[in-house]
Amino acid sequence: MAEYVIVGNGTAAAGCIEGIRSTDPKGNITVISAEEHHVYSRPLISYLLEGKTDLERMKYRPDDFYERNNVKLIFGKAEKIDTKNQKVALAGGKKIVYDKVCLCTGSSPFVPPFEGLDTVKKKFPFMTLDDALALEKALTPKSRVLIVGAGLIGLKCAEGIAERVGSITVCDLADRVLSSILDAECAAYMQRELEAHGVSFLLGDTAVRFDKNKAYMKSGAEVGFDVLVLAVGVRAETGLAKDAGCTVNRGIVIDTKMQTDVKDIYAAGDCAEGYDSSIGANRVLAILPNAYIQGHCAGVNMAGGSADQKDAIPMNSIGFFGLHCATAGSYPADGEVCEERTEGGIKRLYFKGGRLAGYMLIGDVARAGIYTSLVREQTVIDEEYIDKVKKFPSLAIFSSDIRRKKLGGVV
Amino acid sequence: MKRVYVNEEWCLGCHLCEYNCAFANSGLNDMVKALKGKPIFPRVHIEEDDGITYAVSCRHCKDPLCVKSCIAGAISVVDGTVKIDRNKCVGCLTCVLVCPYGAVAPGPSGAAQKCELCLENSCGAPACVTGCPNNAIVYEER
Amino acid sequence: MRDHFIYPEFEVVRNENRCIQCRVCERQCANEVHRFDPDLGIMLSDETKCVNCQRCVSLCPTRALKIVKSDCRLRENANWSDETIKEIYKQANSGGVLLSSMGNPKPLPVYWDRILINASQVTNPPIDPLREPMETKVFLGKKPEKIRRDAQGNLITETAPQLELSMPVMFSAMSYGSISYNAHASLARAATELGICYNTGEGGLHEDFYVYGPNTVVQVASGRFGVHKNYLEAAAAVEIKMGQGAKPGIGGHLPGAKIVGDVSRTRMIPEGSDAISPAPHHDIYSIEDLRQLVFSLKEATEYKKPVIVKVAAVHNIAAIASGIARSGADIIAIDGFRGGTGAAPTRIRDNVGIPIELALAAVDQRLRDEGIRNNVSLVVGGSVRSAADVVKAIALGADAVYVATAALLALGCHLCRTCQSGKCNWGIATQDPELVKRLNPDIGSQRLVNLMNAWRHEIKELMGGMGINSVESLRGNRLMLRGVGLTAKELEILGISHAGE
Repeated sequence: MAEYVIVGNGTAAAGCIEGIRSTDPKGNITVISAEEHHVYSRPLISYLLEGKTDLERMKYRPDDFYERNNVKLIFGKAEKIDTKNQKVALAGGKKIVYDKVCLCTGSSPFVPPFEGLDTVKKKFPFMTLDDALALEKALTPKSRVLIVGAGLIGLKCAEGIAERVGSITVCDLADRVLSSILDAECAAYMQRELEAHGVSFLLGDTAVRFDKNKAYMKSGAEVGFDVLVLAVGVRAETGLAKDAGCTVNRGIVIDTKMQTDVKDIYAAGDCAEGYDSSIGANRVLAILPNAYIQGHCAGVNMAGGSADQKDAIPMNSIGFFGLHCATAGSYPADGEVCEERTEGGIKRLYFKGGRLAGYMLIGDVARAGIYTSLVREQTVIDEEYIDKVKKFPSLAIFSSDIRRKKLGGVV
Repeated sequence: MKRVYVNEEWCLGCHLCEYNCAFANSGLNDMVKALKGKPIFPRVHIEEDDGITYAVSCRHCKDPLCVKSCIAGAISVVDGTVKIDRNKCVGCLTCVLVCPYGAVAPGPSGAAQKCELCLENSCGAPACVTGCPNNAIVYEER
Repeated sequence: MRDHFIYPEFEVVRNENRCIQCRVCERQCANEVHRFDPDLGIMLSDETKCVNCQRCVSLCPTRALKIVKSDCRLRENANWSDETIKEIYKQANSGGVLLSSMGNPKPLPVYWDRILINASQVTNPPIDPLREPMETKVFLGKKPEKIRRDAQGNLITETAPQLELSMPVMFSAMSYGSISYNAHASLARAATELGICYNTGEGGLHEDFYVYGPNTVVQVASGRFGVHKNYLEAAAAVEIKMGQGAKPGIGGHLPGAKIVGDVSRTRMIPEGSDAISPAPHHDIYSIEDLRQLVFSLKEATEYKKPVIVKVAAVHNIAAIASGIARSGADIIAIDGFRGGTGAAPTRIRDNVGIPIELALAAVDQRLRDEGIRNNVSLVVGGSVRSAADVVKAIALGADAVYVATAALLALGCHLCRTCQSGKCNWGIATQDPELVKRLNPDIGSQRLVNLMNAWRHEIKELMGGMGINSVESLRGNRLMLRGVGLTAKELEILGISHAGE
């Protein structure tokens, strides 16, 4: 019987388990989890602090998930992959034999070497459930919170704690919020919404030095705080793979079948650098849907099936205080941009070569998935339909024949 | 598996499906009580374009992107039917971001909702289908 | 110009407590009666445009609507009724002939309702149609006078061409043009499933419907629209239309606006040209002329198809029928004065022709008296409304009946009688694609099949009650009928006794 080992216990791991089981109902699956938790939805930690979910509801899969899938769950830390003997060595000396192993190790917070950071007592990353629970304990209704990093993690953290602290300041070296997914105008729009809910920003500025409860900014400003959240960025966890001889760039390099260049080692999720069809090259796409899809794809291949993923694209749905934002694809500088502003938001479509390369929607995100599918499938849009695409996402952008297939058949 | 299919040829664009859907999922026993003077949140919507109209609702895909993409693990496939656990949903709308049919939308509470074939309410058969005056929406095996 | 003298005939009554402003009424009304007012937040109605077709009433999901007759009346006058006065206003305004649709709505006697059917008691047993076989099949066409044998003494079974029907009902002529493609599709599919026939009317046969040929009667009318060799060959029978019950003595006029696309192709006339059916066939001025056309059509179809001659029920119908029976026609169809139409001058529709019941009795009697009843089969139409009417018609002497209004009702017609507007909200009497698609033939044909199956059951029940087990045995069996409230003259014409006799 096949021995499958999955290192990690997040979304990619859950996908991997379900992928294996869709193909091989019998083989032994062992999951090595560094966190002592049932698989949970990592992006939900901000919602946990906000009170929109709880520990029970944020479980990514039901309580009987491991049992039903006949998975052995081990809490521990994988230290080394012995490729010669096909064994994963755990801290403490335990070794687990594998036929196929999948690395779903995710990423960890990247903390720049700030001067004086060690003098700060209440400082937290914001990645894991334990991070969130620890942060929660430190918060009081009067807390002044400084969040370093105005990306997805930092801002979701801000939203999550907004109602339960005295003040929040977010700083970022970038000149705008959500710089990885939004352009300046869209970012400014989102920033206004956050500011309207009491979050203040110091952008194009960052802390250069900390001293206990004070941050000294590059601009010369000084920010007093009680609690510090470090959300500067993340780094793929690639140590195990590197040791095992896998090629590693920003993440563990995988092909479209999620295989690394070392036999029987697969990787999926935030730790991996897979093919991004929007740029036609490998890239770490640290988004949850991608983690699941990669994990599932890896699982199927590990179990002897055949799956690949060639259409991964960056995409994000994120909202703050009820203002939603959906983005996907790439934003080529030499393409055509179609913009529409309404009272409640912005719509920007980026066309290139007769295709929709990417989009940003703020406010009205209804049926955004239709745009996403155009980007993902790189659909060539006929001249006669281009105006309809620009109008709003609907199935009217397809010919009647295609639409009839979509709505009149099993898809 | 029986699914809801749309015969564009016969859709009149009357929008009755939307109202029947909103009523069916209201939990109330009178349409007036359920819908009068309120915004409605149907799980089927009519798209109109150049005189062509058609209803769109969840296709219950064989390989659903929404299930794979849900950040809360709130969407699952139960006996072929794609279902949203509204209790788990946090309203991030990633499902809206990925659904290629535009068939998922936020409901009144902000949680995502979509057609679940009226299996959970008291209708017995999809209300959009039984209420369609022209068989433009059908519930059948294909 | 709007006629300020005429107050709207109907009122749209909207129960504001129930209306949820879903605007289905607004979207479904081709007459644009309803509209949503965003300022007031309610639905408003323009009653001047309402024809009381009930589309909005039927589709309103909260039953918030009803259309009622306005009680705004002119001063009561037993001689000058409201309707009469309003017609004068209309004509004074327009200077035109008044147009109407569907059958004569006037309160003239309905003889079907004055005729009662017999049932067996004690001395002769009724038959239970659920337990015993009951034959509803009929054959229409010329029947042999007597048994014939060849030189060897074998029975000669060859007969003139017959139209075989599973039940004594056919859908009568409605042209493609006067009704929609989907209405035709519904009729054709239902007739095929039921084993009966529908009738193309004078508008030709759409190429899509040739597959239903074995259940199609094709019509040759005075305009000869769409008549060609394949058309005749496709059919189960060919009908020469001499007249129509709703408008005896006049022709037809389908405005050029309705001669578009497929309608123009099917009628074989240019788009936009008026389709004018002359009042007479210009080649028929006598029974002999008619005989020429009958035999031309038989010749063209190799004597394989029965030929029907359809006439309106008029005063000397018995003599006319006698002539037709001698013309070589296989079937005579008689259309009574209540027969429907897509458009007819009101005065003609409401004042010309005679009731089908009297015409049928007179014709059947005349043909028997002359010994030529077996020369032809008799089909009658002009408001056959139920299985009971069918049974009464058969007992009065008909071989089968034609129904059209009942079929249209099954398709959704609400008898608003404004077919002539072309804006039929039920997708029947219209060529507007947006309206045509409101009639899904999947639903339409099923409803027609349901209706006819229901009638078939009822015909069997009624026959069984009389102790009769086949339509053939009921035909002309006037002893099974009694009149109520009829004069001696009426009873004499109908050839039936009064109840109690």
